[in-house]
Amino acid sequence: MASSDVARQPDKGVRPLNLAGHVGFDSLPDQLVNKSIYQGFCFNILCIGETGIGKSTLMDTLFNTNFENFESSHFEPQVKLRAQTYDLQESNVRLRLTVVNTVGFGDQMNKQESYQPVVDYIDRQFESYLQEELKIKRSLHNYHDSRVHACLYFISPSGHSLKSLDLVTMKKLDSKVNIIPVIAKADTISKSELHKFKIKIMSELVSNGVQIYQFPLDDETVAKVNTTMNGHLPFAVVGSTEEVSVGNKMVKARQYPWGVVQVENENHCDFVKLREMLICVNMEDLREQTHTRHYELYRRCKLEEMGFKDTDPECKPVSLQQTYEAKRQEFLLELQRREDEMRQMFVQRVKEKEAELKDAERELQSRFEQLKRLHADEKAQLEEKKRLLDEDQSSFSKRRAAAQLLQAQSLTANGKKDKDRKNSGFM
Amino acid sequence: IITEKQYVGFATLPNQVHRKSVKKGFDFTLMVAGESGMGKSTLVNSLFLTDLYKDRKLLNAEERINQTVEIIKHTVDIEEKGVKLKLTIVDTPGFGDAVNNNECWKPITDYIDQQFEQYFRDESGLNRKNIQDNRVHCCLYFIPPFGHGLRPVDVEFMKALHEKVNIIPLIAKADCLTPNEIKKLKDRIREEIDRFGIKVYQFPECDSDEDEEFKQLDKELKARGQRVRGRLYPWGIVEVENQSHCDFVKLRNMLIRSHMHDLKDVTCDVHYENYRAQCIQEMTSKLAQDNRMESPIPILPLSTPDVDTEKLIKMKDEELKRMQEMLNKMQQQMHDKDQ
Repeated sequence: MASSDVARQPDKGVRPLNLAGHVGFDSLPDQLVNKSIYQGFCFNILCIGETGIGKSTLMDTLFNTNFENFESSHFEPQVKLRAQTYDLQESNVRLRLTVVNTVGFGDQMNKQESYQPVVDYIDRQFESYLQEELKIKRSLHNYHDSRVHACLYFISPSGHSLKSLDLVTMKKLDSKVNIIPVIAKADTISKSELHKFKIKIMSELVSNGVQIYQFPLDDETVAKVNTTMNGHLPFAVVGSTEEVSVGNKMVKARQYPWGVVQVENENHCDFVKLREMLICVNMEDLREQTHTRHYELYRRCKLEEMGFKDTDPECKPVSLQQTYEAKRQEFLLELQRREDEMRQMFVQRVKEKEAELKDAERELQSRFEQLKRLHADEKAQLEEKKRLLDEDQSSFSKRRAAAQLLQAQSLTANGKKDKDRKNSGFM
Repeated sequence: IITEKQYVGFATLPNQVHRKSVKKGFDFTLMVAGESGMGKSTLVNSLFLTDLYKDRKLLNAEERINQTVEIIKHTVDIEEKGVKLKLTIVDTPGFGDAVNNNECWKPITDYIDQQFEQYFRDESGLNRKNIQDNRVHCCLYFIPPFGHGLRPVDVEFMKALHEKVNIIPLIAKADCLTPNEIKKLKDRIREEIDRFGIKVYQFPECDSDEDEEFKQLDKELKARGQRVRGRLYPWGIVEVENQSHCDFVKLRNMLIRSHMHDLKDVTCDVHYENYRAQCIQEMTSKLAQDNRMESPIPILPLSTPDVDTEKLIKMKDEELKRMQEMLNKMQQQMHDKDQ
């Protein structure tokens, strides 16, 4: 699909021929156009700007419709992106338009990371396309291209210069997307201030090396108007969906107590220029630049990251398949190495654990022995005590027996005496 | 008999005050804060009909990425009908301009505190003849008109300052808003100020229009045959002093013609006194911990007695009570005896 806009140079060895009559291949562009109309077109715009700066209103005004918009809060903790896709039709041309808006841009106290969600979004769309391109079974002609074709950057009309956030963000984006800066809410800047403001903005962009989209000058049919328009950048726009009657017409305008700002009056703002350039003249070029420049850059960087090169170390051209095979081998080797490493580690751990357990077992065993000995000692002591007690008891019972005997003897002796006395008394 | 009302003469006091104040002259310190490009300098020039900002250098976007907030004072002497005013405008370039604006108000609150501290020392000194009042009497805060209401940086700034200075929030560059949009934005901002608990300066005897819009002035233009200050657009002329175009006149009248002195009074009586009381509390709590430290300023001793004294007082109280009871008993006895 990467067709070149540049006129083909005559090849050496190919001679030009004259035709004897009308062949008819001059209908080729028409055939191409018919096919495109049949397929339908698709265009994706990204709008970056502070909350409330007028992104949604400008989109409504540009496309003469009312996209579903809702007011965002100023207190979003991070920048987010909201994408909405619409199907539009004008005469017989169908356009699938995706409008992506930033939410919460410029509201945080610390805006150092504000550009990141935007860069991530753009890269994600490139990545999707790359994945599709690398598939084995792919359907690029059916693919809904979600890559961002144009980025409208809304500059706050301070009248002085760009904000620091603007500079930082545009620098991060200029190699990924076609940036078209616009001055938002331009009805607050007078003509002389506007002139100075535009010059200051462009000089700041140039001195910081920010590459914004230049309307192409290579096609003679549009070169002249594009050159003029390039000199009016950035466009100072005013958006409005409300209509006010001016003269005998209803026009899109903003009504103030001191006058009416007409959106489509070129003396009042650059809205018409923006519409002309963005939609009528250069929409197709924007799509092409996105594909041939920004996407190709992304693709090359991504593949280089993955390790693919166009030439191998000996500077011979290498095909994708060779590189793929080499990478695959490398990858398998790496896996094998990791597996071995893990196995080793596992064995090591098991050994350690075994040693630990053995130690513990030994310790328990020694404790057990010790306790057993203690127990035996105590038992011996108790036995000894028991023996002594038994001895005491037996000696005591012997003495008792002896004493009883003695007592019994003395009793019988006394009894005899009594008997004798009794007997003697009786006589 | 008609008694004539005696003439005393103190009805002339207001005139005396007037005379003396004219002789003494006045001073006023006004701070302006807000992002670059909100029109702060132009407004100050319009309000005081002078050019305070000749030859100033504006920074580029690149220089502002890591910019810190500076405090710049411009002091001028202006005179009108014999009344002299020493006007000091405190600028805060760099506020909200960097990519990382965390705590960007700190240099500003530090500055306000420094002025309070300086005045506190001067007021407590021995020689108070020539005290200079550099305290900030009013802060105009410029809210961008491009959003839907207050942003986090606006809320944090106002909350950091609302108890140190009189804040008057303004919607800047209001000539990009239609009358309906202005009303919606004012309502939204007022509601958010309430919700976040921000205390802005209340104009006494007027409870509407806390926010004032204003427009920048560019050059003097001819309109309807008279010269007016305004901004020239292809679609019309915005007149700065036309009340149906913007609130500039309201702001000027309130700020300069009717409430300038009240702003100074509130600064002295409320904000400064709060600062002073807090300062003293901190000092005395430190003193209580360290008896050797002498008070750097003359202040009345603490009215709260310490623990020992309290005990003593309690003991004495009880003793007194006992003696009183004894007295009563004795009296009763005597009374009985008499009977």
